Amino acid sequence: MKTIKIFGAVMLVTFLAAFTTKPAEGYKVGDIATDFSLKNVDNKNVALKEIKDAKGYIVVFTCNHCPYAQAYEDRIIALDKKYKKLGYPVVAINPNNPEKQKDDSFAKMQERAKAKKFTFPYLLDEGQKIYPQYGATKTPHVYILQKTAKGNVVKYIGAIDDNYEDAAAVKVKYVENAVDALVKGKEVSVKETKAIGCSIKA
Amino acid sequence: MIAGILLASCNQKAASETPAVAEEPAAPVAEINVSVPPTPLKVYTKDGVSVKAYDFDKLEYFLKQKNDTTYVVNFWATWCVPCVEELPHFEELNAKYKKDKVKVMLVSLDMFKMVETRLLPFIKEKQLKSDVVYLRDPDQNTWLPKVDSTWSGALPATLIYNKDRRKFYEQSFTYAELEKEVSNFK
Repeated sequence: MKTIKIFGAVMLVTFLAAFTTKPAEGYKVGDIATDFSLKNVDNKNVALKEIKDAKGYIVVFTCNHCPYAQAYEDRIIALDKKYKKLGYPVVAINPNNPEKQKDDSFAKMQERAKAKKFTFPYLLDEGQKIYPQYGATKTPHVYILQKTAKGNVVKYIGAIDDNYEDAAAVKVKYVENAVDALVKGKEVSVKETKAIGCSIKA
Repeated sequence: MIAGILLASCNQKAASETPAVAEEPAAPVAEINVSVPPTPLKVYTKDGVSVKAYDFDKLEYFLKQKNDTTYVVNFWATWCVPCVEELPHFEELNAKYKKDKVKVMLVSLDMFKMVETRLLPFIKEKQLKSDVVYLRDPDQNTWLPKVDSTWSGALPATLIYNKDRRKFYEQSFTYAELEKEVSNFK
């Protein structure tokens, strides 16, 4: 009995160690992404399948506190304005645990969404259950999904564009290029990029 | 296409214990040995503290030095809570192993507008003794994979290398963990 207990404890420790040092693999381009039902800043839950007239989604893991996320805020708003009418709305998710990051509390999310007049849902990943399934590691981190008969297929993962510092100096708009291709029924040419960001606080 | 290149470099990495050496032709390696440190884009100075700014092409020199020192390169930012929490460990390591040829370099990824308002005051307040440099290169997708093909882009991140070995860590460290990792480079 004692042996079993020790064995159990060792297994648990091994499991936890594996879990904390190695982030979940998450989705690759081509995978089917899970839907979710998460609380929006207006206190109503949002699920991807309930968003009307969507041909796909620009899912952005982002937050209040991270300066990289802040630097991209206006560009995320612009993406929603441009692509919602073409069937690819922005769905923003704050993956951080508010207990670990006070500036990312639900109340502060509400304040930020109001102050910046967000035109898209800004959802809290309560219990930090959705972001590991996607494999998001930082904010901001984008997943572009295309709605198909099989489910929501991941078409692009990565950065919004090639300049986190200065929107005016951007040369390549990765997300816009990807959604433009999808809207035209074409293949996305750059499917994956690397983005700098603040690690997610779970 | 980029995914293809990344994949290719990944495979190369898996196939070799010393990827930095394996991926480079012999000539540039020799060149690095004799080359002088790059000229900074700019040197920021305030209240007796200064920091050199580099773009990634210049910074890369500090990620590929081939001599008898083990380099511990930490990527961080003043606003990054887990980064700031682990900084004392890097400072302690730098102080304790100086005579054993271990050198810490702290690469700040603060925003440009924060260099004078936050980074320099932070270095002064915390009295950082390790080398601090500022990486000013917002073209993330170009340089992130050059630090390590596995880096997703999250901060903090650390690269430990010497002329024989190279290992990348996308994680936070305790002092004990850091010391243990560095001991593997001896």
